[in-house]
Amino acid sequence: MESEEEVLYNESEEEEEDEDDSGNESSGGDDDDGLSVALLDSEPTVSANMSSKDKMDFDEDFPFEVLTTEQIMQHMQDCIKEVNNVVQLPPTITRILLNHFKWDKEKLYERYYDGDRGPLFSEAHIIDPAEAYNNQQIKKLSYSHEMETCIICCRDFPASMLTGLACGHRFCKDCWNHYLTTKIMEEGMGNKISCAAHACDILVDDQTVMNLITDNKVKLRYQHLITNSFVECNRLLRWCPKPECSHSIKVQYLDFQPVKCTCGTIFCFLCGENWHEPVKCDLLKLWRKKCDDDSETSNWIAANTKECPQCNVTIEKDGGCNHMICKNQNCKADFCWQCLGPWEPHGTSWYSCNRYDEHEAKAARDAQERSRAALQRYLFYCNRYMNHMQSLKFEHKLYASIKEKMEEMQQHNMSWIEVQFLKKAVDVLCLCRETLMYTYVFAYYLVKNNQSIIFEDNQKDLESATETLSEYLERDITKDNIVDIKQKVQDKYRYCDSRRKVLLQHVHEGYDKDLWEYSVKL
Amino acid sequence: MASMQKRLQRELKSIQTEPPPGVSINQNSVGSSLTQWIVDMEGASGTLYEGEKFQLQFKFSSKYPFDSPEVTFIGPNIPIHPHVYSNGHICLSILTEDWSPALSVQSVCLSIVSMLSSCTEKKRPPDNSLYVKTCSKNPKKTKWWYHDEKV
Repeated sequence: MESEEEVLYNESEEEEEDEDDSGNESSGGDDDDGLSVALLDSEPTVSANMSSKDKMDFDEDFPFEVLTTEQIMQHMQDCIKEVNNVVQLPPTITRILLNHFKWDKEKLYERYYDGDRGPLFSEAHIIDPAEAYNNQQIKKLSYSHEMETCIICCRDFPASMLTGLACGHRFCKDCWNHYLTTKIMEEGMGNKISCAAHACDILVDDQTVMNLITDNKVKLRYQHLITNSFVECNRLLRWCPKPECSHSIKVQYLDFQPVKCTCGTIFCFLCGENWHEPVKCDLLKLWRKKCDDDSETSNWIAANTKECPQCNVTIEKDGGCNHMICKNQNCKADFCWQCLGPWEPHGTSWYSCNRYDEHEAKAARDAQERSRAALQRYLFYCNRYMNHMQSLKFEHKLYASIKEKMEEMQQHNMSWIEVQFLKKAVDVLCLCRETLMYTYVFAYYLVKNNQSIIFEDNQKDLESATETLSEYLERDITKDNIVDIKQKVQDKYRYCDSRRKVLLQHVHEGYDKDLWEYSVKL
Repeated sequence: MASMQKRLQRELKSIQTEPPPGVSINQNSVGSSLTQWIVDMEGASGTLYEGEKFQLQFKFSSKYPFDSPEVTFIGPNIPIHPHVYSNGHICLSILTEDWSPALSVQSVCLSIVSMLSSCTEKKRPPDNSLYVKTCSKNPKKTKWWYHDEKV
């Protein structure tokens, strides 16, 4: 039985060599700043999946690694080895102790060398191996030649066939196998399986589990559970949130930063949600909760139809641009989807569709009016948040139609390289939509001050540029306007890109200098 | 499953030969498959339940003893106790999450006897009427909150 040790702690040195490679997976340097945009146009490197995410900017000072399940296990073993070199305990005991301290080895060292080992081991539900050694010796001697009954199945066995943990409760291997299998397969327990005896809280270590379980499927599931708890307990690790992806991201320190998995998913390392710059995790969480609580209202807001401000015909928006022209032949009203006002002013510099009219709010005097104003304010921000989210979905549809346009343009004597600007433009458009969406969450919680006014100016600027870009991209391309459109699109997306960076830069500066005041306590 | 049969036979034998005080197995209730038993129980003297008679039903799944038995009070007299619902369901942690395969019918009976004996006021659980209306037939499907750590 001792010979077939399928243990989690594989000591083989070959694995070590892989470590250098794992660094390559980090995609930290995937940035392109404004300057390189021009070059990109002439680069025939368009990835197969047309995703805006490839153009995301990652901070070089925030290195991260993508780990496969095998690499996670290897990493866990390395952590255990490292600690073992110091504390000199069996690896399985070290794993339980580390797990108890959420894989914070400093905390473990602190407690371990704090003097009294007794409470530490009992808190972690294990028996100090120094004491356990003595107990086991006594038991082995006294039982070795007698018959012993397994109290679970009530069968008699030679004492050597029974086994147990350092707590001294012994059962036959069959019963152990059944017990562990039930715990693992039916209750999904990994770390926290305790001895089978009643009211005994001593944990079963993983070497014992691997030795006693006979079914490989159960062993595999157990390893998954152990790996999972390792990742979930470890502050510097996080699973990729994509459901079918089994990678995890490892960072060197905690920060509000985006990370990218090899499967392409980009997410916020701190909370695991989609990357949501500029708003931080706690505010976004509050916002989501608010949206859920007000679900009835949100449902209503999220409804995809609005009425034409002129003829009241019901309109469903099926493209990303906010410039609406009523299809009712007798009406043909030109209006803005967001404010339902006439479109004409939107094209000029006094475009003011992104700012809530504070004067109206001030007019609310009594409590009822105040609460109505609060609701209106929420609806205002929620409307715009949802609107950008919705547009973002349409923008992804745009990739398909852009592809057609690119082919069409190539028939108008343009080279493949010359038409790539269209894809780049949609990339930028999607990034801007996403950023704008989260700016409304940020703005909702912001208390008005000089900085928030600058922020809203930036937001307004980015929004109007984004809408213009969106409109350009929906225009029909003909032989005559092709050169003109290319010029306009290129100018506009570069402008959008730079405005987006300016806005984010300003928010970050505000975070660094503590300039933002919120209407809620965090 | 052979090991389950063997274990249940052993348990049956031991509860027949040396039953805990106030507990006896209802022989007629035990079928040949041994998967369902009824245990007669008497309120211990000197307690609020002195002189009362109760019936406990045990149901064993094929995974017993790795899976806990389903234990409920049945019959005309359901004890009035803060952890016993009027439909016979018992709120006792060893019957669900604290179950260990090293426990047995005997130890469950003993726990229930001591739960009854330690009672100081005869009353139903506070959420009795709601629970009885909405619960599953099988008490093991209930997610119990163990309010009282003493039992």
